[in-house]
Amino acid sequence: MDDALFVHRIHFAFTVTYHYLFPQLTMGLALLIVALKTLALKTRNPAYDDAARFWTRIFGINFLAGVVTGIPMEFQFGTNWARFSQLTGGVIGEPLAMEGVFSFFLESTFLGMFLFGEKRLGRIGHWWAGFLVFTGSWLSGFFIVATDAWMQHPTAYSRLPDGSFQVTSLWGVLANPWAWLQYIHTMSGAVVTGAFVMAAVGAFYVLSGRHDECGRIFVRCGVIAGLIASAFQIFPSGDLHGRYMAQQQPATTAAMEALFHSQAGAPMVIMGQPDVERQRIDNPIAVNNALSFLIYGTTKAQVAGLDRFPKQDWPTNIPLLYFSYHVMAGLGTMFVALMLTAGLLLWRGSLFRTRWVLWCLMLSFPFPYIANTAGWMTAEIGRQPWLVYGLVRTADGFSSNISAANGLFTLLGYMGLYALLSAFVLFLLYRQIEKGPESEPAAMEGGA
Amino acid sequence: METVWFVLVALMLVGYAVFDGFDLGAGVLHLIAARTDAERRQLIESIGPVWDGNEVWLLAAGGTLFYAFPLLYASSFSGFYLPLHMVVWLLLFRAIGIEFRTRLDTRVWCDFFDGAFSIASILLIVVFGAALGNVMRGVPLGADHYFFAPLWTNFQPGAEPGVLDWYTVLCGVVTLVATTVHGALYVAMKTEGPLNARMRSAVQALWPVLLVLSAVAVPVTVFVRPQLLDNYRAVAAGWLIPILVAAGLAGIFYFTRARQERNAFLSSCLYIAATLGGAAFALYPTLLPSSGNPANAIDIRNAAAGSVSLSAGLVWWGAGMAIACGYVIVVYSMFKGKVHAGYGEHG
Repeated sequence: MDDALFVHRIHFAFTVTYHYLFPQLTMGLALLIVALKTLALKTRNPAYDDAARFWTRIFGINFLAGVVTGIPMEFQFGTNWARFSQLTGGVIGEPLAMEGVFSFFLESTFLGMFLFGEKRLGRIGHWWAGFLVFTGSWLSGFFIVATDAWMQHPTAYSRLPDGSFQVTSLWGVLANPWAWLQYIHTMSGAVVTGAFVMAAVGAFYVLSGRHDECGRIFVRCGVIAGLIASAFQIFPSGDLHGRYMAQQQPATTAAMEALFHSQAGAPMVIMGQPDVERQRIDNPIAVNNALSFLIYGTTKAQVAGLDRFPKQDWPTNIPLLYFSYHVMAGLGTMFVALMLTAGLLLWRGSLFRTRWVLWCLMLSFPFPYIANTAGWMTAEIGRQPWLVYGLVRTADGFSSNISAANGLFTLLGYMGLYALLSAFVLFLLYRQIEKGPESEPAAMEGGA
Repeated sequence: METVWFVLVALMLVGYAVFDGFDLGAGVLHLIAARTDAERRQLIESIGPVWDGNEVWLLAAGGTLFYAFPLLYASSFSGFYLPLHMVVWLLLFRAIGIEFRTRLDTRVWCDFFDGAFSIASILLIVVFGAALGNVMRGVPLGADHYFFAPLWTNFQPGAEPGVLDWYTVLCGVVTLVATTVHGALYVAMKTEGPLNARMRSAVQALWPVLLVLSAVAVPVTVFVRPQLLDNYRAVAAGWLIPILVAAGLAGIFYFTRARQERNAFLSSCLYIAATLGGAAFALYPTLLPSSGNPANAIDIRNAAAGSVSLSAGLVWWGAGMAIACGYVIVVYSMFKGKVHAGYGEHG
């Protein structure tokens, strides 16, 4: 732990991974809450209002945790990655500043009205407050993904004599194809998390025979949204993203698949452990020609292996990249299978009698969190050894004026604080779920 | 173009100090002046719908700084590594204190969250004040424009100072008193009854202290960094700023006596804005002075992003901030008027 680069990388990885536990739920839930509120307006069924209010309370707790763990992310570009910030601030400072100016003000203004203003705003006004919070959070997601996309696939920049970057066209940064592919994939991943959590809480209520009406609404809403989003996640968004990546970051694709040797008719490895020393896969279970087909649409196509690239440009942790990618893809496939089963039963009207499927729905909510985390690990470990792909190496970006010991000190501080925050958040969420959706709507609006 | 962005970043920071200043200041008084549970709820309700938005000014200022002056952002954030991460931790405690207090309604937890909210507010103000002191005094910048400031060295503002020395601690104390007065005026404006009365007596007790500290801080700052007077010597109009500061101070005193709560609060806004404006005017065109070799200082020319980036940014930034100011007006007019003790909903 005395290697400063390593400490700064873990520092960012830990804080951003923990942070993203919250936005993935709130961005997904925001959409689902707007859907519930729309249903409430259309059907005039008060159960939808109860359902929306319940999820708004869950949303509020998670949103707060997302805000307080998000502040250190903006600070860390400067504190821990100063040389990177100095070089690229002229470009990525732009989407980050835009996030502050366009989405944080929007979110923070309407969040207060959304959480506490239901009576004051009336039904329509409150729907709009919810809609604007949803817009703000999805806009915020876009600016962050656009920032990452520029690091993955730099566009619309020029370099000044001192090596620093500046924007040549803001449009070019925001319209980066990588940003849009990654954005739809990220957002539907967030909807998967929101849908699974909603279905899990609903299944819990139905199975335990409490709050049955709301429980059924949660399950129905969660399963329908979960089915659409998890299918969209694989096709077209995952498929498009994967193929674009194979084109733009072929070394990363080779490492994700642990394809050490270039070949025609490359196989897709479903399971097995990559041995980087000997450049092979142990215990492989593979589908022949499948990788060639997925990338190029023909089974005979030539796919570049890692042997095509100089070793210093290989991703620095190939096994972790390989496993992240396989965990993401494997879980994503299982999500479709589970939601398809539940969806068919729902369609035939027997889901609420099929207890084992409800059990599966209740227990499966942690897996979208794992899949989303693994997906981001695939993107970020896959970009290594670069901070800005092909242009700035990770080893040249960290704050060389900060010693490893100071980095470790604040990393440990964050670990301790986040443990405390987790305890509070879990306790509050547990209490809300215990209390259930139908509890005294008016009284719950009190407080800050 | 660099000058425009210097002014814009300064405006964002003034916005942060004026807006988040009052809810931080309310936090200072939370334990002392609000005594019963009902009063504490009343105090938190007065800032409840707006404190989160106020904090956004800090984030937006940080983002704007990153974009307009990447070198300054990189150098100062890494140089003030330890205090900045501690600021983040304090912001976290404070947010937990405010938001979770209302969601966990048992006695023990209320005390815990009240403490977290108040202590974190006090420490944050002192750190922000000390940070301003560091910028006025200068930091040990190297030839590459980077530095690392330990939390303290020998408490002297020499060539190798720490974040805390006697001068920056003084700045922290001045900021603490000024922000507390600011918060008290805001809470007085938003409340009635005993809480309102205690807030007004807090202002009356603290006002002479603030007057003395402000009067001391100015010559001491000039003593620590005599070059800060250069701009005032060159541009006589600059002397309007200290007059505005004095007007703000006088306004706080006069309007508090006259029980014009809104005008008293606006005077305090003027005092804070003019003080920070005066500091920015004194620094310009320097952004971060060097405590050692003056050639290592960061100024608007060596820190600015490329001119293409900067001129293009004015358009979206201006539009975005105009919309943001619209939101601020909407939210403050929606929650205008006094909050009442024990009243369930905001406003």
